[in-house]
Amino acid sequence: MADFVSRGFGGGRRAPEHLAKRMPPGQYYEKGFPVLTAGPTPRVDLASWTFKVEGKVVSPGEWSWEQVAGLGLEQIPCDIHCVTKWSKLDTSFGGVSLDRFWDRVEPRGGFAVARSTGGYTTNLPMEDLTGGKAWLVWEHEGTPLTPDHGGPVRLLVPHLYLWKSAKWISQIRVLADDYPGFWEANGYHNRGDPWREQRYWND
Amino acid sequence: MERLTPGAWQIATVVGIKQETHSVRSYRLKLAEWVPHLPGQHYDVRLTAPDGYRAQRSYSVASSPLDAGEIELTVDRLPDGEVSAYFHEVLVVGDQIEVRGPFASYFVWRGEEPALLVGGASGIVPLMSMLRHRRLTSPGSAMRLIYSVRTADDVIFADELGEESFITFSRRPPEGWMGHTGRIDAGLVSRAAFGEGVAYVCGSNGFVETASGLLLDAGYGPQQIKTERFGPTS
Ligand SMILES: Cc1cc2nc3c(=O)[nH]c(=O)nc-3n(C[C@H](O)[C@H](O)[C@H](O)COP(=O)(O)OP(=O)(O)OC[C@H]3O[C@@H](n4cnc5c(N)ncnc54)[C@H](O)[C@@H]3O)c2cc1C
Repeated sequence: MADFVSRGFGGGRRAPEHLAKRMPPGQYYEKGFPVLTAGPTPRVDLASWTFKVEGKVVSPGEWSWEQVAGLGLEQIPCDIHCVTKWSKLDTSFGGVSLDRFWDRVEPRGGFAVARSTGGYTTNLPMEDLTGGKAWLVWEHEGTPLTPDHGGPVRLLVPHLYLWKSAKWISQIRVLADDYPGFWEANGYHNRGDPWREQRYWND
Repeated sequence: MERLTPGAWQIATVVGIKQETHSVRSYRLKLAEWVPHLPGQHYDVRLTAPDGYRAQRSYSVASSPLDAGEIELTVDRLPDGEVSAYFHEVLVVGDQIEVRGPFASYFVWRGEEPALLVGGASGIVPLMSMLRHRRLTSPGSAMRLIYSVRTADDVIFADELGEESFITFSRRPPEGWMGHTGRIDAGLVSRAAFGEGVAYVCGSNGFVETASGLLLDAGYGPQQIKTERFGPTS
């Protein structure tokens, strides 16, 4: 079907030419920061919030907000891609690499499920969460992450579609086997690589 | 020959166009590889330019899955919108357009009862699929709609909104309007809400945030509220 052309379509919203190479297939260039969430925005209280890493690990860990923030603040320049078709280029987040947590807990499984306050889950292979590819973040472009964008603290895995970057994260469970998360059980792709356009189950 | 898997791209034909409001039209598409959708699901639309450039967007199905072989997409024209303006300015009956679907099984109505539908502006589209399907399959089941629009000129599907509908005019009500005026608020929610069952909220991000907050305050649990956000608005 590669030769189908839409009558009268010229393309009104192309990314600037020098950025076109950074746009995955089927995505459009968005300057704002839209919101995608499967339910009401939960009200997260940082005073009682903790981040747990458990499951198939040598020593499970639990961190308070002060302890997470105490690990330092790294600036993470990145492009982000949402399965609802927008991509935002040259944005940045502030947070800490998940590697800091892996060093402490020593994972022993090949898969993980991230869980959020409110019950949202998403699954990822450990390969996508290790080696400087994933972060806990609490700042966006220098200001605290707002609740609708997953604040106070969310996961950031910018090389995959944004639903993998669980908002309002509270836990990561390491598993021996893969187990589908919320959108992955509701028709979306298990891995979600935007460069392979892995949006839905059969992609 | 390429085998068609569910959700593969296919070429649909525009078989009907209906002007719903000054900025909204419904497009009836005939599909060769039609599968019944669940009310609330969406299709992806893909436009391809002669040089290979492509644009994709998602559009909810407005019709009931009992309309075999066809789907109806209802598109709000955004100023300078790449895909919505293409629908409005270019597409005519007989044209072809690439689509794939139906997708996503979260924001869907499978007969849940009672069901409260809350829509802002074009957010009514997937809710209309639920209303239409209920009318055809289980007209007695408990379903109500809260629908927020700016003015009387912005009411999509006006001739299909019956007693189950609670409309509010956020900008300007029509002359002699006795119902609710202004943005959705706790009073309107309490009049329409069942207090149990499921709520489906769809619209711009701002609308969804406000409406789902009001539902939480009215006693709906977070797991009882399903949301769909259409617009990049923040
Ligand atoms: C699951 C899903 C279902 C959807 N269902 C429908 C549907 O049934 N009917 C429908 O009309 N749309 C629906 N949408 C929205 C649709 O996918 C497009 O985003 C919309 O048509 C705009 O695309 P465009 O190419 O015309 O505009 P674009 O060229 O993408 O954007 C134009 C400009 O307007 C801004 N903008 C985008 N949306 C809004 C808005 N709502 N208000 C103000 N500014 C905005 C953008 O940020 C951009 O700057 C749905 C979206 C999703 C994710």
